[in-house]
Amino acid sequence: MSKFKKKTGGGTPAISTASLPDIVFMLLFFFMVTTVMREVTLLVENIKPNATEIKKLERKSLVTYIYVGKPKKQYIPQVGSEPRVQLNDAFARVNEIQQYVITEREAINEAERPLMTVSIKADEDVKMGLITDIKQELRKANTLKINYSTRKGEVYGD
Amino acid sequence: MAWRKRIVPEINAGSMADIAFLLLIFFLVTTTMDVDGGIQRKLPPISEKPSEGIIHKRNLLNVLINARGQLMVQDQEIKLHELRQATVDFLDNNGDGSCSYCEGIGLDNLSVNPQKAVVSIQNDRETPYRLYVAVQNELTAAYNELRNREARKLFGQGFNELNSAQQGQVQELFPMKISEAEPVDL
Repeated sequence: MSKFKKKTGGGTPAISTASLPDIVFMLLFFFMVTTVMREVTLLVENIKPNATEIKKLERKSLVTYIYVGKPKKQYIPQVGSEPRVQLNDAFARVNEIQQYVITEREAINEAERPLMTVSIKADEDVKMGLITDIKQELRKANTLKINYSTRKGEVYGD
Repeated sequence: MAWRKRIVPEINAGSMADIAFLLLIFFLVTTTMDVDGGIQRKLPPISEKPSEGIIHKRNLLNVLINARGQLMVQDQEIKLHELRQATVDFLDNNGDGSCSYCEGIGLDNLSVNPQKAVVSIQNDRETPYRLYVAVQNELTAAYNELRNREARKLFGQGFNELNSAQQGQVQELFPMKISEAEPVDL
């Protein structure tokens, strides 16, 4: 009698998965574009100190990095266990920093050179003596904008 | 023309999703949304003659950090968590009454006004970098606290929400003057 006959045995229709690859590809491209493969291999221990008042570094192309820390275990036989400076992919002496920074600055176009920032990525266990020497070298190279690279976290640890 | 009749077999694209997933997972794992940030500072030019002489003693907040990680501010040993408030008190003191926006009580051993107040950090060569950054962080926090307060008073928003002109205006109320002495043995 009823006009609205209940459909029998319908079940749920299969959802088409044809567009699944598209979705996955979309995500894939997103991650491919945002991925930054670490440009340098770290030769030094690098646990950055905590800070809460962090300002982000904006223009990546204007930032030069200086890594400071104890050499990793496998390099200790060659270079010893005292904290060292790493520029690009090699250990460097403190007095090489000036030349390095100047070379990096030459690579930036002239209008933006004053905006160049040197980010000091130092391990939290480094002593200030080394950091001060680095800062002194940067002053000699007349690169005055610096950034103490930090992690986000509470500072009152111990 | 036999080749025209040849039927090209259809390639099964069913596993395409799997391949894409594989790549996706690889990039997911290797991705580091590397946001490098930290505490930004400006070093003094090397040629500049030190001008410490003209700063009156009360306008200088001496922060000393020794090799054992102890802090001394204005000849008193303090703890790291007290530094922020001590700095705020120092900057916000309004010693000569010329600072209309300050909320300090005008003690006569702290700064006369924020324009003249200078924070001086002195550290030992053996001072741990961790502590140095912590001190820089606390000083920045003190300035940020005051700037935020003024930003709210003037514009009803936090300092970070302001546009750059407004930020400049607030910055001028509490200019960050942090001077660093050459390291000595403390």
